[in-house]
Amino acid sequence: MNVVVCVKQIPDPAEPGKLEADNTLDRSGKLILDESDSYGVEMALQLADAAGGGEVTLVSMVPNGETAGLRTALAMGAAKAVLVSDDALSGAGALDTAKVLAAAIGRVEPDLVLTATESSDGYTGTVPEQVAALLGLPSITFAKHVEVADGTVKVRRQTEAGYDECEAPLPALVSVTAGVVEPRYPSFKGIMAAKSKPVDQPSLADLGIDPATVGAAGAGQQIVAVEDAPAREAGEIVEDDGEAFQRIVAYLENLKVI
Amino acid sequence: MALNRIWVYAEATDGKVAPITLEMLTKARELGGTVEAVYGGDGAEVAEALGAHGATTVYATGDLGGSLAGVPVASAIAKQVGDGNGPDLIMLGTTYDGRDVAARLSVAVDRPVVTNNTDVALDGDDVVVTEPVFGGTKLVKTRFTAGAPAIALFRPKSFAAESSGGGAAEVVAVEVLEPGAAKVIDRHVEESTGPKLDEANVVVSGGRGLGEAGKYEIIEQLAKALKGAPGASRAIVDAGWVPYSYQVGQTGKVVKPTLYIAAGISGATQHLVGMKGSKNIIAVNKDPEAPIFSVADLGIVGDVHKVLPKLIEALAAR
Repeated sequence: MNVVVCVKQIPDPAEPGKLEADNTLDRSGKLILDESDSYGVEMALQLADAAGGGEVTLVSMVPNGETAGLRTALAMGAAKAVLVSDDALSGAGALDTAKVLAAAIGRVEPDLVLTATESSDGYTGTVPEQVAALLGLPSITFAKHVEVADGTVKVRRQTEAGYDECEAPLPALVSVTAGVVEPRYPSFKGIMAAKSKPVDQPSLADLGIDPATVGAAGAGQQIVAVEDAPAREAGEIVEDDGEAFQRIVAYLENLKVI
Repeated sequence: MALNRIWVYAEATDGKVAPITLEMLTKARELGGTVEAVYGGDGAEVAEALGAHGATTVYATGDLGGSLAGVPVASAIAKQVGDGNGPDLIMLGTTYDGRDVAARLSVAVDRPVVTNNTDVALDGDDVVVTEPVFGGTKLVKTRFTAGAPAIALFRPKSFAAESSGGGAAEVVAVEVLEPGAAKVIDRHVEESTGPKLDEANVVVSGGRGLGEAGKYEIIEQLAKALKGAPGASRAIVDAGWVPYSYQVGQTGKVVKPTLYIAAGISGATQHLVGMKGSKNIIAVNKDPEAPIFSVADLGIVGDVHKVLPKLIEALAAR
């Protein structure tokens, strides 16, 4: 079974985010594999293994040709990667991103496409379903458990109240939540092997996409302002000397919740 | 693009309309024009609640036959748009099904979708939505420039739901062009006792600072003592200490209780987004540099294992 995993290389979420002058996210620093994508990579490796073979291919898009994050996922065990990188992609919205990813995935013709539920930088949470729609695939989002058997993918889908048992015929797309599986750490051997794994870099033209239709130029949305949100007034900070719980009791009394 | 007609994607569980739907209907009324709803299911079961919050009509697909909502509902809306019967703006909740429907619809009608919004306004004839970023420290305002329909997803609790006193909405059947191949086979409900996390007056959440899964008990004890609901950071949900339904944050529930107590939570952006709208915030954390203190009205720099047991004891003695 061949599985494609969509992965994103993002600015380190531990660092404070910054915007460029054109209000796009500053991606000039080091980019890393979005941690939420490591679950999809692990799930794909396990499903391909359980199916008795097949390849795991990464598909990614970034404006600046960065591959460091892809190498992390290749070191986990993915066989190869497809990276679409073009300056024209700066400012791409979710729908444009989905169009590029779908075109790249279409060339691989996988049995299953896995994604995270949302990226940790843009967190629109719409790209997986948009990719599925563009490829004409059935999709199940927010998976907390995934199995494949007899040409069907069976998924426990997160709901407000618990979860739904869902299924869809392959080929299909599934977005996985963090916690669907425990991602492995890349081994030293894996890290070394990743250095020579193929990273195909098709241009937008190779994918049959007009650069004028994706990126900021084709987004159909325009940022008109970025403002500071009203800040909460700073509160009182107390060092616990063993009696700080009484400050909480007094606060609760004042609020009349006790 | 004038805003003459707004649709709200309605969600319901067992015939009970979701709060997010009523919140969006209330906001839609304020924007003016005709307010209508679209529903993936039997319109008769939701017509009254939707009408009472301002929807004059509910376009309903009828029973979806177990299909996940994304494909069939989006295909029904796209058909109306294609027939020239679509809205200028469609508002959906940032929920599991809301995201699926919005994403499928955006492809079907080739329009962008803007997510995670907390506000919407008119600027002349244009629809402008507001989305908090960087943990809610910045507000990004985005204008739709591609023409109708503008597709926007809104976070729960962005608006207060208020009744309009209207009668039941008229139910109009809409045609589903694509039934969808992804099906729900069975539903599982995780039972919980006490008030619901997103409706509770008091929420007590625990995080990684608790150290281990077994220590989450003190969070439940404190929540019980305050007649509140226990919550959790994403870190301990991912670690499997508590079910996902406990998660407060960007990907979990947005809560706005009278009182929020964060214990052993550092305050990652992910978490702050889900709780910083709380009226009062108390934080207990060992690290004085923890970002959670930047939003706390009362911050205790200390060990949760020392502070919370004493607090619980003091409350029990009252």
